[in-house]
Amino acid sequence: MTARTLTHLQALEAESIHVLREVAAEFQRPVMLYSIGKDSSVMVRLAQKAFYPAPIPFPLLHIDTSYKFREMVEFRDRFCAEIGARLIVHTNRQALDDGANPFRLGTQKCCGLLKTRALLDALAAGGFDAAFGGARRDEEKSRAKERVYSFRDSFGQWDPKNQRPELWNLFNSRVDKGESIRVFPLSNWTELDIWEYIQLENIPVVPLYFAQPRPMVVRGEMLIPVEHDIPLLPGEKTQMVMCRMRSLGCTPCTGAIRSQADTLPKIIAEMREFRRSERENRVIDHDQEGSMELKKREGYF
Amino acid sequence: MSELLRFTTAGSVDDGKSTLIGRLLYDSQTVYEDQLAGIRKATKAHGGLDLSLLTDGLRAEREQGITIDVAYRYFATPRRKFIIADTPGHEQYTRNMATGASTAHLAIVLIDARHGVLPQSRRHAFIASLLGIRHLAIAVNKMDLVDYAEDVFHAICADFKTFIAQIGDPPGLQFIPVSALCGDNVVRRSARMPWYNGPPLLEYLETVPVAAERHAVGLRLPVQYVIRPDQDFRGLAGQLASGAIHPGDEVVVLPSGRSTRVHSLVTREGDLPEAFAPMSVTVCLEDELDVSRGDMLVAPGDQPMSTQRFQATVVWMNEKPATTGRRYLLKHTTQTLPAAIVEIRHRVDIQTLDAETAGELRLNEIGAVVVEAQGPLFVDPYRCNRFTGSFILLDPLSNETVGAGMIEAALADAVDGAARAVAISIEGHPEILWLLARRLVEAGHRVAVLSNQVLHVGPAGAAPGLELSFLSANLAGDPVRAVDEIFHQIVRHGATLEN
Ligand SMILES: Nc1nc2c(ncn2[C@@H]2O[C@H](COP(=O)(O)OP(=O)(O)O)[C@@H](O)[C@H]2O)c(=O)[nH]1
Repeated sequence: MTARTLTHLQALEAESIHVLREVAAEFQRPVMLYSIGKDSSVMVRLAQKAFYPAPIPFPLLHIDTSYKFREMVEFRDRFCAEIGARLIVHTNRQALDDGANPFRLGTQKCCGLLKTRALLDALAAGGFDAAFGGARRDEEKSRAKERVYSFRDSFGQWDPKNQRPELWNLFNSRVDKGESIRVFPLSNWTELDIWEYIQLENIPVVPLYFAQPRPMVVRGEMLIPVEHDIPLLPGEKTQMVMCRMRSLGCTPCTGAIRSQADTLPKIIAEMREFRRSERENRVIDHDQEGSMELKKREGYF
Repeated sequence: MSELLRFTTAGSVDDGKSTLIGRLLYDSQTVYEDQLAGIRKATKAHGGLDLSLLTDGLRAEREQGITIDVAYRYFATPRRKFIIADTPGHEQYTRNMATGASTAHLAIVLIDARHGVLPQSRRHAFIASLLGIRHLAIAVNKMDLVDYAEDVFHAICADFKTFIAQIGDPPGLQFIPVSALCGDNVVRRSARMPWYNGPPLLEYLETVPVAAERHAVGLRLPVQYVIRPDQDFRGLAGQLASGAIHPGDEVVVLPSGRSTRVHSLVTREGDLPEAFAPMSVTVCLEDELDVSRGDMLVAPGDQPMSTQRFQATVVWMNEKPATTGRRYLLKHTTQTLPAAIVEIRHRVDIQTLDAETAGELRLNEIGAVVVEAQGPLFVDPYRCNRFTGSFILLDPLSNETVGAGMIEAALADAVDGAARAVAISIEGHPEILWLLARRLVEAGHRVAVLSNQVLHVGPAGAAPGLELSFLSANLAGDPVRAVDEIFHQIVRHGATLEN
């Protein structure tokens, strides 16, 4: 007889699929936030598995700030077409037309307008009562206490003190009109789990995750990609650096890391060695102590 | 490939829980440099590295100087991946610990070596075992402050064992003397306690059997979602609550009771020869049966109880107390039904573990209740199956999750539509008969009085499932107590009473 024990990835997969199906069964209009990153790639694959052989029974939503890497947008369009997913792209045109940009507004304000506001508008426009996000609890301190079902009031805001207890695999999906739930099926996955699963399942990810020589501005410890007319400080110039992205966001706020890891096994090996947290290179999380938590209260994922 | 172990931590404030978790993460090299830099900055004043800051919480909590919830942490060794449900000790404790324990295989109970087993330690062990945790690691912490003394450790072990013996079906125990601050016996074996032969904490966590989450019952697959891309395909999707399933297996669909065979177990990567709990699966059946969400596929020879009424232990999680008669929504597996608590049998004093009478259950209280749902549920006792034995109660107005329950036993009446009846003969005490009839009606039983001597519970004509008879002598004197006793006999159903 076989030993009936799951590997940790199988256990995580089973749990995530349970969450995806539960939401599809209990909500009227779910949507999946699709950020194009590695976590989204895994989340979409889990959704394909959960409903196979039927197509994913909800649309994907990408909040496009217009400051994403070109390679991300190309990947998005190709990937969604290949898997036959319904993709909604939403951009806060109004703010862009009014001249919102990260260089002028600073990251806090820019994020507020081009990400949080855009997200809330898109969710309201679609009448979505549940939105999946690919966030993981190991990403950042304030996420450690986040529920799998994160309740948001009618303004999309998160109140850390007013969250529902979650026991066993029983989730409370009751919301009143206008209220919604953000659902995090990858809550219990770590960055390493994500990479191991991508390798095991052969999941396509954006090439930006793999090391190659790229044009960068070296600013102190940070490597900032040269895209979207990033303004250079006096004395700075573009250099080719062997590097890769550890997490993907808007180009001005996504720091690259120096790395030789150009294959999945090398990334996983690097991951095991890493002594720095994943979001460290994200400019936005360092603006202020507890800044992620502040953003979430306002409605960020 | 490594396995997954989920554990929870329990301890009172200042027992050293944060330091212990910080130590586990730090010594197992799961702490990132930038996080360390963060805590170095925060530690500034006093010298050493304060590892407890690694598990420091949210801004709102820091401002109030308290931690309010369950936080999840992750670390891995080459053998296992660990998920820690960290539940800080304070007044919201019961609710948080129950939440953290609900998915855990194991609990670490911290005891301060200087203080020994306190009422809180008992409470922690009690909640852990109530939530079905089968392994307790008792970390006797701050051994450095008692000179690493063997006798202190052994006295605490003895004390704890005496107490745990009072809990029915106690979990397995592993006592470990540690110093979270100095790192003794956490990740590395301590040279300062050569008298201790057991494993350090991490080694124990890496080796304690996880597959031992053995269910005493067979196949249970609550249908979660029906996958129907076209007329030719109908897949029943759900997560196995227990047992295994193979193509060709005979299965019974509840509530219809119809049986059929498994045609295939479908996945995106091809059909499976076998699936087992807790996998999420998609099952195609041989016959086109009308199956929908809330139904359950079960093994023909080993079925759950189908009941609307059951006895359960609930942990109350809301400011608004639990009272009888109030309407709730009950979520059990993939079913959500209107339900009510029809009786509060007792409350457990979590300091002494004594049962005491109670008219309501307040926030963080634990009690034994009788629940009645508006339709049949397919249940197993919680100790046999965590998933078919658990439920949550929701407030239909506020939408909050107000209670969590563990089913102990299905109760008579309304079993799968087939009426159960109880016949009782009470000689010469008509007042008792009528008092009892009223009590039963109030508790939601259907009661038919067939004569002034035989009380028949259940629809008239149903054959008695239980016959009780009482001697007049036992009933004389205190009719109210007599009624109480008979009532409990009936709802406990199955107990025999000699007269
Ligand atoms: N001497 C000694 N002190 C400890 C030990 N573990 C924790 N402490 C101290 O006990 C206090 C409370 O620890 P903390 O981890 O914050 O406790 P918590 O409230 O249970 O999370 C802190 O001052 C710790 O430094 C230990 O093993 N030995």
